[in-house]
Amino acid sequence: MSLALYILRRLMSVVPTLFGVTLISFFLTYVLPGNPALVKAGPLATPEYLAEIERKMGLDQPVWVQYGRYVGGLFRGDLGESSATGRPVLQDFLQRLPATLELTLASLILAVLIGVPLGVLSAVHRDTIVDHLGRIVGVAGVAMPTFWTGLLFIYVFFYVVGWAPPPLGRLASGLSPPTSITGLYVIDSLLTANWPALWSSLGQLALPAFTLAFSVMAPLARMVRATMLEILQSDYITAAWAAGLPRRRVIGDALRNALIPVITTIGVVFGFLMAGNAVVETVFAWPGIGHYAVTALMTKDSGPIQSFVLFVAIMYVIVNLVVDLLYGLVDPRVRLG
Amino acid sequence: MTDSALSAVSTRPKSRLPAMWNRLRRNPVTFGALTVIVVLALVAILAPVIAPFDPDATDPAVALEGPSWRNLLGTDVYGRDQLSRLIFAARLDLIVPCCATMAALVVGALIGALSGYRGGWMDQLIMRMVEAVLAFPALVLAMGLTAALGNSIGNIILTLAITQVPIYIRLIRGEMLRVREMEYAEAARAVGNPPWRIVLVHLLPNCIPPLIVQATLAMGFALLTMAALSFLGLGIRPPDSEWGEMTAEGANHMVTGEWWLFVFPGLAVMITVLAFNLVGDGLRDFLDPRMRGVR
Repeated sequence: MSLALYILRRLMSVVPTLFGVTLISFFLTYVLPGNPALVKAGPLATPEYLAEIERKMGLDQPVWVQYGRYVGGLFRGDLGESSATGRPVLQDFLQRLPATLELTLASLILAVLIGVPLGVLSAVHRDTIVDHLGRIVGVAGVAMPTFWTGLLFIYVFFYVVGWAPPPLGRLASGLSPPTSITGLYVIDSLLTANWPALWSSLGQLALPAFTLAFSVMAPLARMVRATMLEILQSDYITAAWAAGLPRRRVIGDALRNALIPVITTIGVVFGFLMAGNAVVETVFAWPGIGHYAVTALMTKDSGPIQSFVLFVAIMYVIVNLVVDLLYGLVDPRVRLG
Repeated sequence: MTDSALSAVSTRPKSRLPAMWNRLRRNPVTFGALTVIVVLALVAILAPVIAPFDPDATDPAVALEGPSWRNLLGTDVYGRDQLSRLIFAARLDLIVPCCATMAALVVGALIGALSGYRGGWMDQLIMRMVEAVLAFPALVLAMGLTAALGNSIGNIILTLAITQVPIYIRLIRGEMLRVREMEYAEAARAVGNPPWRIVLVHLLPNCIPPLIVQATLAMGFALLTMAALSFLGLGIRPPDSEWGEMTAEGANHMVTGEWWLFVFPGLAVMITVLAFNLVGDGLRDFLDPRMRGVR
C-alpha cells in the first residue's frame, strides 16, 4: 500500500468514529436531560410560551433534524451557551485551554521521562529486585485514586514540609501573568525573560503535573517493559550478543526499536491524562477546562460539561490519528499490514 | 466418520474453572489479595455487627480527634467515628461497582456473541459503536452521563455499566471469531442445533474464563471511577456515604491538619482496587502463561 493511500484510509476511518462520538454527545446534551425548553423557560412558563421556546430551539423538529443542526453548529464552533457565565461555551473554553494544555503536556513529559527508563530498567534486570520493586510500585500506582494522590502530595509538600506553594491556580497571588504568546505561562515567561513569573509558574505546576504523571507512569512503564522484553528476546539481539558487542551497545539498539511501539501508547496515555485532568484541576484549583466543567456542574449548568465530554473525545480521536500516521511514517510494516 | 465425531467431542476443552481455582490457591500474592476481597465483603455484610459505633451517632465532645484507642481512625467534625463510617461505606463501594460489572458483563457478552457469531453488517455497526464509546475516557463519559441522568444510585450503576460494556463486547466478539470455527462448533452445527443454542450452550461457556479476568480488573476500575465521580460531587452524595465522597469531605479539613479524614477513605479505595487488580493479574497469568512475568 502506498503512503498516500495509507493516510487516506486512516483519515477515512475516523469519520464513523466521529459520527458516533457526536451522536452520543448529542444524546447527552439534547435528548436525555428532560426538556431543555422547560429548563430555559423556567417553572412558571405558560404552555404557549413553552411552545414558542420549543419552536425557537427547534425542539419540535424530528430528532435527526435536530442532530443535523447540532453538528452544523459544531462546525461553526457553536458549543452552546453557559447559563452561569452567559457567554458562549467556546469562548470560555479557549480562555481556559492553555492552562489545561500546559498541565497535560508537563505531565506527559514527566511521565515519559520517568516511566520509560523505569520500564527499560525492569526489562534489562528482569526478575531481579529492581524488576520486582518496579512492579510493586506500578501495581500500587494504578490502584491509587488520582484525587487522593494529589491530596497526599499537597499535604506532604505544602502543609508538612512547606516546599510547595499553596495549591491555588497557576501563579502565586500578586504576580501578574506573563505577556501572552502561547498561553502557557512557563513558556511565555521564558520567552519574555520574566524570571519571577517563571519561577512561580514552575512551582505551581510541579505538584499537579506530578500527580497527573503519577497516574499514567505505571501503565507506561509496563508497556515499555513488555516491548523491551520482547525485543531483547528477538534473534537480532541474540546475534548481537553472540557477536560480542558491548552490553551498552546491545541495550541501546534494543531501546531504539522498543521506543517506536511506545509512541503508539502515547495515544492511550493521552486518554488517561484527559480523564485525570478534571480531577487534578479540581484538586489544585487549576483554571483549565476540566475545572470549568466541574464547577459548571455545581450550578446545574450542563452546557460546559457536555462540551467538555465532546471535546475530550474529539481530542482523543485526533491524537490517536496523528500517532497512527506518525507510526505509519516511521514503520513501513504498518502500511503494508 | 465416527472417529472424527468422537475426536470432536473429546477435543472440546474441559472447563478451566477448577484449574483456575487451584492455581489461585497456590500463588501467595493472588491468594492474599483474594482473602482481602473476601474480608472486605464480610465487613460490608456484617457492618452493623463489626462497627464499634453507630456511623451516624454524633458526639461533639470528641469532634475532630485524631486516631486513638477509642476511635481507631479518628473522628470527623461531628464527632462521628470514622472507622465505623468507613465500614458502612464499604457496602456502597462494593455493591455499586459489582452491580455495574455484572450488568455490563451480561449485556456485553450477549451483544459480543451476537456480533462475533453473525458477523456481517450488524457486526460492523456494533463495532463502530463500540469504537465511538471507547473514544470517551471512562471517567469523562461517566461525568457526562451522570450530569444528564442525575446521580441516583441506580443511575450511577447504569453509568458505570455503560462505560464497561464495550470492553466485554470486544472481548467476546474476538473469542467468538476464534471458537466458532472450532471442530466442536462444527459438530454442534452438524447435529442441527439452532444458532442461539450453539452460541449460548456450546460457545459462550468456553469464553467465561477470560470474561472473569476482565470483570475482576473492571471491578477495580469501576470503583476508581465511582470514587472519582463522588469526589467531584457527581456520584454518591450525602447522606449516603462512600469513600470518594468521604475523601472530598475530609480534604476540607486538611489545612487545619486533620489528615486522618482524607487519608483513610482514600486508602480504603486503594486497598480494594489493589486487591481486585492483583486477583485479576493472577487469573490472567493462569489463562495465558506465555504472558507470565511479561506484563
